[in-house]
Amino acid sequence: MKSITKQKPFDEIKQQLDNFGRVYIMGCGTCATMTKTGGKEEVLGMKKRLEELDKLVTGWTVIPTACDEMTEVAIREVDGSIRNVHCILVLACALGVHRVSLYIDKPVIPALDTLFIGVEDSPGYFHEVCAQCGHCILGETAGICPLTACHKGLLNGPCGGTNNGKCEVDKEKDCAWTLIYQRLKDQGRLDLMRKYHRPKNYQVVPRPKITRLA
Amino acid sequence: MTSKFKQLLGSGKFMVTSEISPPKGTNIEKIIHHIDLLKDRVDALNVTDHQSSVMRFPSLGGCLAIKERGGEPILQMTCRDRNRIALQAELLLAYSRNIRNVLCLTGDAVIVGDNKEAKGVFDLDSLQLLRTIRQMESGKDLGGNDLDGTIEFCAGAIVTPEAKPIEPQLIKFEKKVEAGAEFFQTQAIYDLDNFAKFMQYARQSPVKILAGIVLLSSAKMAKYMTDNVPGIFVPQYLIDELASSPKGGALKKGIEIAGRMIATLKKEALCDGVHIMAIGREEVVPDILQSAGFSSNPTQSAT
Repeated sequence: MKSITKQKPFDEIKQQLDNFGRVYIMGCGTCATMTKTGGKEEVLGMKKRLEELDKLVTGWTVIPTACDEMTEVAIREVDGSIRNVHCILVLACALGVHRVSLYIDKPVIPALDTLFIGVEDSPGYFHEVCAQCGHCILGETAGICPLTACHKGLLNGPCGGTNNGKCEVDKEKDCAWTLIYQRLKDQGRLDLMRKYHRPKNYQVVPRPKITRLA
Repeated sequence: MTSKFKQLLGSGKFMVTSEISPPKGTNIEKIIHHIDLLKDRVDALNVTDHQSSVMRFPSLGGCLAIKERGGEPILQMTCRDRNRIALQAELLLAYSRNIRNVLCLTGDAVIVGDNKEAKGVFDLDSLQLLRTIRQMESGKDLGGNDLDGTIEFCAGAIVTPEAKPIEPQLIKFEKKVEAGAEFFQTQAIYDLDNFAKFMQYARQSPVKILAGIVLLSSAKMAKYMTDNVPGIFVPQYLIDELASSPKGGALKKGIEIAGRMIATLKKEALCDGVHIMAIGREEVVPDILQSAGFSSNPTQSAT
């Protein structure tokens, strides 16, 4: 599982930092390093750009895994550099931003947009696999989630917009139901495609999503 | 009260339906004109539901106007813009205002339309919407709660006979039949041999099939649809025929082609009727019908 992120347009970052002259930058050594959005290189690149805007960058760090509880320790270690800053700019996914903001009583600003939880197919190419809906049907759809991989999240087969195995919204994107059909056919399990899927329960875990393991 | 359209469907007559598109705004003059022009020439009139995801006057509003003017409406309902609560509520309202026919569709993707940042709902799909209608007819809503006064609709769906690959579409067609679809209006068809093969297959199901006839207004438009609209394939000989029409005569040729196809479908009893989509040229639907050999007298043309 990886949190796939993309850097925000620089103008938006600039706007968020409008009233802040002294900035500390944090990256993340896990997903954001892999997606080249919040590793050391990107953190240093951001430092340079902020300095060009006449911001004072008091320091920077790349937290090993920004979303986990060890982040508290990492933040304590750099306490001296962040005591007098106006804000923390975080180059991590929203989970990392959320975690950092738990431990610092200062404005925490996201530099990235979190796009989805996905996997890397080949270097630099990522795709979303699971929408974390709370009720998995992958066993009946040959391992491809229609809720996630179909633009409309259809559960009972393709819409009329599918064309030669591609999706109506983007000719580069595969039609999830054509993929499911082909795989089920290859496995001799096409009968599964004839099964009626009832309307989805969107309240398996109502938001805010919180659960306690037994 | 059973729908007039449903009674005609069961009568064995060759059905003719067409469709009208509501305005982008509150000026309903044009749609009223189209209703008056077509209501007595066809067996029922569909009203599109934010076609191509373009925000417009609603389908239900158009259907009410048809009722007011004595026509027979088919309410198109897509799953794109309303969740299951809103869809069920709209079915209640439609029924209470004597609208008796519904066409259940998935709906185009939001981002092909003109409010591109909107949330696509798709809480239900077309199949689940069909089953919702049947469940509400039994007196319960989707939550299993009792209804105080139920509904009754002649419910239909769509199918794309030219889709590639075709098998997933056919599986969905069968699921729609099982879900209670009584009639199908197909995506545009042009290759009658291919359509005849589809009909051979569809005849195994106890449903009525109305072939989709989309008016070709020029060779360019025909080629554009073939290249860009999923499930539409215009054979080259038709594109050539349009291209060879005299300057300014392409529309006339398109009317002639549509009329010819309808006449063939009827004569060879290939299907149970046609659904004519003139896409912005509703004015010429009577010409298409005349070209197909139907009487030009409004009260008799569709019988």
